[in-house]
Amino acid sequence: MSSALLERGSAQQTRLGLIDCDVHHALRSPKDLYPYLSARWREHLATYGSRRPTPFTGASPFFKSVPALSRKDAWPPNGGSPGSDLAFMQAQLLDRYGIQAGMLHLLSITGMDQRNQEFAPALCRAINQWQYAEWTQKDQRLKAAIVVPGEDAAAAVAEIEHWAGNSDFAQVSLVTHSIEPLGRRRYWPIYEAAMAHNLPIGLHSSGNNGHAVSATGWPSYYTEEHHEVSMSQQSVVTSMVCEGVLARLPKLKVVIVEAGLAWVPSLCWRLDRQWARMKDEVPHLTRPPSSYIREQVWFTTQPTDEPERPQDILTILEWIGWDRILFATDYPHWDFDDPETAFKAQMTELQRRMVFRDNARSVYGLA
Amino acid sequence: MSFPAVGAIDCDVHPAVPGMRALLPYLEEHWREQVAVRGIDGLDPASYPISIPANGRPDWRPASGKPGSDLELLREHVLAPFHTRYAILNCLYGAQSAFNVHFAGALCRAINDWIAAEWLDKEPRLRASIVVPVQDAELAAAEIDRCAADKRFVQVLLPAAGESPLGKRQHWPIYVAAERHGLPICVHAGSTFRHATTANGWPSYYLEDYVAGSHAFQAQLLSLISEGVFSKFPNLTVVLAEAGFTWLPQFMWRAVKTWRAMRAEIPWVDRAPAEIIRDHVRFTLQPSDAPPEAHQMEQTIEQIGSDRFLLFSTDYPHWHFEGDAALPDGLSASLVRKLLVDNPLETYPRLKETLQ
Repeated sequence: MSSALLERGSAQQTRLGLIDCDVHHALRSPKDLYPYLSARWREHLATYGSRRPTPFTGASPFFKSVPALSRKDAWPPNGGSPGSDLAFMQAQLLDRYGIQAGMLHLLSITGMDQRNQEFAPALCRAINQWQYAEWTQKDQRLKAAIVVPGEDAAAAVAEIEHWAGNSDFAQVSLVTHSIEPLGRRRYWPIYEAAMAHNLPIGLHSSGNNGHAVSATGWPSYYTEEHHEVSMSQQSVVTSMVCEGVLARLPKLKVVIVEAGLAWVPSLCWRLDRQWARMKDEVPHLTRPPSSYIREQVWFTTQPTDEPERPQDILTILEWIGWDRILFATDYPHWDFDDPETAFKAQMTELQRRMVFRDNARSVYGLA
Repeated sequence: MSFPAVGAIDCDVHPAVPGMRALLPYLEEHWREQVAVRGIDGLDPASYPISIPANGRPDWRPASGKPGSDLELLREHVLAPFHTRYAILNCLYGAQSAFNVHFAGALCRAINDWIAAEWLDKEPRLRASIVVPVQDAELAAAEIDRCAADKRFVQVLLPAAGESPLGKRQHWPIYVAAERHGLPICVHAGSTFRHATTANGWPSYYLEDYVAGSHAFQAQLLSLISEGVFSKFPNLTVVLAEAGFTWLPQFMWRAVKTWRAMRAEIPWVDRAPAEIIRDHVRFTLQPSDAPPEAHQMEQTIEQIGSDRFLLFSTDYPHWHFEGDAALPDGLSASLVRKLLVDNPLETYPRLKETLQ
């Protein structure tokens, strides 16, 4: 790619005021949540910690590529972990790229997959209060997701009701590695509540459920696990459509985050072909599965799929539908996609506006 | 248009075991007694309930018995209309899901002997995969050695979803034996139900299990590549059967991207995963999970970037197409020629030897 093209890309992005659909803020330490936790749960977090079905207290079972999963240059100069310093995030991401809105997804602690089912709602409430006070109120470009204790639907609905109507929260977030596939009935009240408040469901690859990351068991390497997590997102889409969530709730919007997206066409083809054979098993689907996906599911771009022939990405995006695509950087993580260089093929001006800004505005109802 | 009469090689055909009674004559005495005393039967795999329409094409179902259980019907349904020169039998009975590895080994021996006697001896156009107890690599290797003397066994059959990813070192004795005898490894769709069929837990519907099956194959490919199986066994060919293949372009792009970033974690992988796949991995044709438009299939094949990767299959008696329309729209004439004959002959050295 020529430098002239890069410069043109940069100028266009800045004019666009792009929307970044995957930005990671982070806790400096679990103590950041103490002001929002009761004495009991402060004590619990300090003593028993964040207990999830994983083997290590302080590390992922698959050792990541770099510390804190993050770009080396994303460690704030004043200390703290990447994504924990708002001023540095403003300088390095929001201002640098002229970002009009950034959709926050918190990964450094998760509430939904806490094994203690009383702690999960308390932790989710604290996270949401912290997001509101420390992030969205301090920079209105940032929009939070309502983090919910999704394994307890009643508690999750209560959390949605608590925040609904607050424009600092643009969506509802569940972990994708849930105990049951997310389309199963136990989660339906959550979707009903989200739809009632016109909140999309944002599903960022995350969480631990005790299930192997592949149907043939645990792999050895992060190289495998990192890729397999995107397959689990394909199963999330399959579940949301086949279990009937999308058909039952036609106004529900689902956003799939950090799974790439070049798999969408082939998944849709497979779903439609197999549905044609087995539609009697899923009579709640009155039309091909892909047609529900086409209307109710959006996909973020990162990590950008990189075809061997760069132009092929345009073909893939065309097959998915340009109005389904949401740009995301995944800042500050190591596989960050720079909006100026992530796509190696040239979109039309209209396509750029849709992918980098307008689709997100429409999904999230942003001005 | 009738099916091209070029002597196609059908690389995925399923003979049904009628039941344990049929295998009794081939079981060793101890296991014959155990089966009888304990009433062990009904080991048809839950990945393929025969009553589900997709698992038995309506016009391929016999008046009685299981689809795929009758040799005469197989001749009439497959060998004749597709002008088949060879058909490779992949027997999906549940030996590979048994928890008792001794029983699994005995059942695999019985299945292989049953296939040889009841199918291969009776029909010269048939070939077969060696069913091995994947639960225990040493037993599996022993079974490969035992069956390999019969040249009508042309590959080794493993399940797509088992106890642990197939690249792990615990499985390597299987590859040592396969390479020793020049046998490809065939990974066939289906789960032993050791793990949930998705990373998100157990879905409600069979449809979801079937769709998720392609991810099990993708996990196996990642494992075989990442653990260095193709570096350690440079002559090994892996055939993914009933996997679909339209997912392959995106899989390769993502695998290459990840490998570029993470290759220090797996330093023995010294080539891009896409190159390894094009050299070592083959796919059977059905189900083709074909896109709605022929030009989309053409572009998908172009993206895959190989005319050697695809092997003809009907997946008999599973139901993926009507009549003899086994070739999806969008395949070029030259690719069709290759996948019907040339690619299978290149993949299966034993078929090539027989022809010469």
